[in-house]
Amino acid sequence: MLELTPKKLSDRSTLRINPIKTCQPVGAMYAALGVHQCMPHSHGSQGCCSFHRMFLTRHFKDPAIASSSSFTEGASVFGGGANLKTAIKNIFDIYDPEIIAVHTTCLSETIGDDLNGYIQDAKVPEGKLVVHTNTPSYVGSHITGYYNMISGFIKYLSTATGEKNGKLALFPGFVNPGDMREMKRLMKLMGTEFIMLPDTSGVLDAPMTGNYTMYPKGGTTIPDIRDLGNCEMTLGLGELTSEFPADFLEKKCKVPYKTLPLPIGVENTDAFIMALNQFSKNEVPYEIEEERGQLMDILLDSHQYTNNKTVAIFGDPDTVLGMAQITLEMGMIPKYMVTGTPGAAFDRKAAALLEKFGIEGCTAKQSGDLFELHQWIKNDPVDLLIGGTHGKQVARAEDIPLVRVGFPIIDRYVHSYMPIVGYKGAIRLAELILNALMDRQDRDCEDEDLEMVM
Amino acid sequence: MKNDSAILPERAKSIRFSECSGDGSGIKCESESVSGAVSQRACVYCGARVVLNPITDAFHIVHGPIGCASYTWDIRGSLSSGEEGYRNSYSTDLRETDVIFGGEKKLVAAIDEIMASHAPKVIFIYATCIVGVIGDDIDAVCRNAEAKYDIRVIAVKSPGFSGTKKTGYKMACNAIMSLITPEFLPAKTAGVNILGDFNLAGEMWIIKNYLRRIGVEVVANITGDAKVKDLKQAPAAQLNLVQCAGSMTYLAKQMEEVFDIPFIKISFFGVTDTSDSLMRIAYAVGDKEVIKRAKAFIEEEKNRVIPLLNKYRKNLEGKKAAIYVGGGFKAISLIRQFHEFGMNTVMVGTQTGSKDDYEVIQHLVDEDAVILDDANPAELEAFMKEMGADILVGGVKERPLAYKLGVAFCDHNHERKHPLAGYEGTLNFASEINLSMNSPVWEIISQGGIKNV
Repeated sequence: MLELTPKKLSDRSTLRINPIKTCQPVGAMYAALGVHQCMPHSHGSQGCCSFHRMFLTRHFKDPAIASSSSFTEGASVFGGGANLKTAIKNIFDIYDPEIIAVHTTCLSETIGDDLNGYIQDAKVPEGKLVVHTNTPSYVGSHITGYYNMISGFIKYLSTATGEKNGKLALFPGFVNPGDMREMKRLMKLMGTEFIMLPDTSGVLDAPMTGNYTMYPKGGTTIPDIRDLGNCEMTLGLGELTSEFPADFLEKKCKVPYKTLPLPIGVENTDAFIMALNQFSKNEVPYEIEEERGQLMDILLDSHQYTNNKTVAIFGDPDTVLGMAQITLEMGMIPKYMVTGTPGAAFDRKAAALLEKFGIEGCTAKQSGDLFELHQWIKNDPVDLLIGGTHGKQVARAEDIPLVRVGFPIIDRYVHSYMPIVGYKGAIRLAELILNALMDRQDRDCEDEDLEMVM
Repeated sequence: MKNDSAILPERAKSIRFSECSGDGSGIKCESESVSGAVSQRACVYCGARVVLNPITDAFHIVHGPIGCASYTWDIRGSLSSGEEGYRNSYSTDLRETDVIFGGEKKLVAAIDEIMASHAPKVIFIYATCIVGVIGDDIDAVCRNAEAKYDIRVIAVKSPGFSGTKKTGYKMACNAIMSLITPEFLPAKTAGVNILGDFNLAGEMWIIKNYLRRIGVEVVANITGDAKVKDLKQAPAAQLNLVQCAGSMTYLAKQMEEVFDIPFIKISFFGVTDTSDSLMRIAYAVGDKEVIKRAKAFIEEEKNRVIPLLNKYRKNLEGKKAAIYVGGGFKAISLIRQFHEFGMNTVMVGTQTGSKDDYEVIQHLVDEDAVILDDANPAELEAFMKEMGADILVGGVKERPLAYKLGVAFCDHNHERKHPLAGYEGTLNFASEINLSMNSPVWEIISQGGIKNV
């Protein structure tokens, strides 16, 4: 299928082939969907909004609602102020959200629309809110848009009243609703009172009820976002995703913060649990100890099947780093780690991870793409590929099993409901990885080597 | 008007339903979407991209920030009989500095990089929203690249804001005209071109096979499973068959004007439309042998397929269908097809239907059926519920909406799982809607919540 991918690496500094990222606005839309009764609004051409909704719908298999300023030729010359004004009126009139979260696009950014001004001038019904963030598509990636939108909510809403609420502010990183549910479960088990922003559980994994509601039950509430300013401290999970909003909240409301890697794998989950322990001063309950012990049991039982297996991991920066951690813990070698999202911190963190485990000869690259990863694999193959759906062409071309983890996964079901974080998530990942490797062993072995007991 | 809460006043003229229609002016359509509406529509770029993407041996470079390339990477389901290059995503991935200093240099370098490692016959350069705004002269870049490499490098000017998806279709048609216009008109052959089938799930192959069976040669497929070499032969055809009228009538008209090729609109959805289309093609070609073969072929296929369809019919009869698709012509075919199954279409909407389409639709459906142009999810929900639809036919964004409402669904868009064109396509379609409407899943769902157990 990809015979056009030449084995020989060539100098390619401008052309992007088969990206491992997309643009800021879709991340902003995802973040805004994690706020209760919020209408994400795309200030740009209609296609942006439509593409982002399609993209999210394909991943979550759930409706992703958002409105558009529907730019025309005129708006691109005279500015989109009138479009936004009309849009705000129409959205409140007909869709009746509590809050509209506007994000910009490459077009509205390039023509220099002043969103602060437009929103100040807009007629917003009593008790309703409009917030915004700038998400120029030509900067960063969807991860940037995601944390910009979180910061946008904080900028408009969060305030320090002077009275602390005893809660932990949690930024979950760019993860699925299933992961957010797992984080909440762990925090509850640890007796930690928290406010999580955003929270797409109950929105993009909402149950089927026979009724379509534009605003399902889930999502961070507006009072909670306001109250973020009164939190004791912030825990940002996914250092490359959550540091920005954590820092922003600290600057605005003097809430001190700490960031940790996404709790993927043993050590990262330990760090998360210990941070909760330090915050709440509560003992780790047996239920969590038990899960950890089960994970240990599983890793021990299966280690011979994963030891020294090589793996290529691609996707969003924090997810790739988390997956690298757990594969290293399973004795595997993350030979290639690639993210499309730009930022040198990824390379540094990947290098630190490899050093910690004493592994050499692995390559990490930010601003990479799947075409290049494919070329690397052609030159020096791996046993396993971990990433989103777009890896399936490479997996097929090179006959390597693919474990689907990350964003977007548009060719499978259920994944967004299931966590990859926490000990439970690690158990699930161990199963996915083991199944992929052992199915392959069963497929490839000679008849006489087919083992009934493995 | 029961549903007034779901309808913006500005939208009322784009909707017809029994309680508010009748001002005689027809459906308001072919206009821009209302700001703030949760429209299901895409943009100019999307229109251009979906039409040109199935050209399998072309290189498609999206000039803009990464998003536009990411969202359209290998999602169309257009199959290829050979080349797979079009399934890669090429973009200039414009960054902030490019937006400030211009993206031309990067585009030139991107073309050079492709030329260094591949041997493309044609490169399409899609100009997205900001390219026009930052003032890149992509025409000049294309001209220079053509001179430098002696291949075709064609600009597709498709900034998202410059109209609707239909404008994008036009831009794509212009690009195709630019590609196929020869220096000297070739001698006519006996064959036809097929316009506006994108070979989703292999539908172009079904149609070509039918034409082969009745003795009609196909010169060029535009654009499903198209290769540049075949496309360049298109001007030699004696007749154009236009399947997706929404996207390709514009090209057909240009080809009529420039190459003197007449066109007829055809549809291969449903037994009736497929049979009618085959006969109209046979008469248009005007060859007695072809007419004879077409009659025999249709007879044979009908005899084969109708008894099979009748088996489904008892499951489908009396059910209510809702349609929300891109173009008007497909909607019309679907209404007829549901009619063949004994089903009633109670709601029908399109993203880009024309006035003519809506007139035909009004004649085909019952008086109380709802007709909508450029609908949003709230409207679709309100009317599907009010009209008691059993199944919705639509695209990716409509699927979860239908499922959340507990309504069956069939994708008749990019995500169709089986070919839905021709006689076997009709069987597939009947099978799919039967499968969805009569799945055991509805039994489980209808049992209600835990409290009812």
